[in-house]
Amino acid sequence: MDTMRERFASVTTQLLDEDPRLAVVLADIGVDGFRSALERHPTRVVNVGIREQLLVGVGGGLALAGMRPVVHTFASFLVERPFEQVKLDFGHQDVGGVLVSAAGSYDWPAGGFTHMAPGDVALLDTLDGWTVHVPGHPDEAGTLLRQAAAAGDDKVYVRLSVQTNATPRPVDGARFLTVREGTGGVVVAVGPMLDNVLAATEGLDATVLYATTVRPFDAAALRSAVAGATAADVVIVEPYHEGTSTRHANDALEQVPHRVLGLGVGRRELRRYGQLDEHLAGQGLDARSLRERITGFLAR
Amino acid sequence: MTSTPLNGTTAHDTGFGELPHLMSLMTGDEKHGPAATSTLDALWVLYDRVLRVSPATAEDPARDRFLLSKGHGPMAYYAVLAAKGFFPTAWLPGFGSYDSPLGHHPDRVLVPGAEIGSGSLGHGLPLAVGTALGLRAQDCTDPAVWVLIGDAELDEGSNHEAIAYAGAAGLSRLHTLVVDNTSSSHGWRGGIASRFEAAGWSAVTVDGRDHEALYAAFTAPHPGRPHVVVARVEAKEYSGEPKPKAAAA
Repeated sequence: MDTMRERFASVTTQLLDEDPRLAVVLADIGVDGFRSALERHPTRVVNVGIREQLLVGVGGGLALAGMRPVVHTFASFLVERPFEQVKLDFGHQDVGGVLVSAAGSYDWPAGGFTHMAPGDVALLDTLDGWTVHVPGHPDEAGTLLRQAAAAGDDKVYVRLSVQTNATPRPVDGARFLTVREGTGGVVVAVGPMLDNVLAATEGLDATVLYATTVRPFDAAALRSAVAGATAADVVIVEPYHEGTSTRHANDALEQVPHRVLGLGVGRRELRRYGQLDEHLAGQGLDARSLRERITGFLAR
Repeated sequence: MTSTPLNGTTAHDTGFGELPHLMSLMTGDEKHGPAATSTLDALWVLYDRVLRVSPATAEDPARDRFLLSKGHGPMAYYAVLAAKGFFPTAWLPGFGSYDSPLGHHPDRVLVPGAEIGSGSLGHGLPLAVGTALGLRAQDCTDPAVWVLIGDAELDEGSNHEAIAYAGAAGLSRLHTLVVDNTSSSHGWRGGIASRFEAAGWSAVTVDGRDHEALYAAFTAPHPGRPHVVVARVEAKEYSGEPKPKAAAA
């Protein structure tokens, strides 16, 4: 199976053939995947070098000229470093584009904290109108990338990861999917957290919702799941900062007395290298830790 | 001097000599110091004689683009846009008020003819690079893309990312106008033009009050390379009145 990033390159290369409005902007990272696209579309595949302010600014400028830019690098250099460019060169200019990130929160643990961006989705939450897709499988990434490219002049963020679930689900770019039904509470698993959440909740009487499009937040799906439970107890497990979607769950359940537990990546730096699994355990996001935390919360 | 036809907003063509009055509608003063007018001459020559854009073609994909990156002190810009009929001069007195589309930094969503919203320094040149790339990608190679930055704005590192890349990419439809009123805290040893030339740009430095020199610099050929015009005007610290200019006939 190819990785999400490899799928990004192959799907986008195909989309460049199909849609003359599409353009790809890179900053040295991910260039290898676009060699053939660059040969075929030399004016629509642009590598600006290691210049991330320019990377995002060029994306905004392409959009001002009527193109649909797809802008890619690691999340830390796409959202965090040039955040003001994301805010102004897209949002304030009132233009759209697709930002596609890799490496996310902990995909390259040996690279350390400089290459981790667990705050990316929370940062985008400070802005208006961004759609956020968090695929959990390369097939889902392909589906969501196609939707993002075709989404008119919408502002779309697609968060790719090396952490994946074993099997793809039929994601539609909008709704949460009900993966398991129960009555003792609702657990929302975001993207690549699903397999660990399913393992952690094995045998528990809980509904598991699968979220790959987290903004806009599917409030109706959460309300509907909560309506089928004996208590409005909600756990959200996200592969970025813990609690990022808690406010959205609270807003969705405004009319119902409810409890929400937000699980995800802590703000504290681990200052550890090592492997992805070790970081998941270090953040309490492995199946065993999740089971402890989820059952502890639902039992209260 | 000829002007493009106005959009029915005034009964006669507006010339350079009337710009101070239009600015006074925003500032309340008939006279303006050099800082307020640092961009005025260059903007006028661009809009009057160089840019192929008018209220009638403001949405035309093949129009020339002018991006005001240095969004501070936009009175001169608004005066020129109003003089050229992009919006009614009746908007000018509302400058900065809650119900006015004319803020102390321009917003492209609110101001007809404004290609970008600006205010935070260092965004215009990267946006102009992207615009030039986007036009090229659509085989729309005729329109010129212009961006105005200030010499102090050049402090922002994002400009240097854009300057280096645009030179290397040979973006020949890209033009930068640097209005230099010596306001950069640490200056530019060796000159502003040298930064661009080292990156492969064509560069000309002129008196930013001399309309003929500006016009010649704006229209100088620069095959295969982006072009910068450094327009030098009085230092921002200058405390006297601006040198009187003969009103354009």
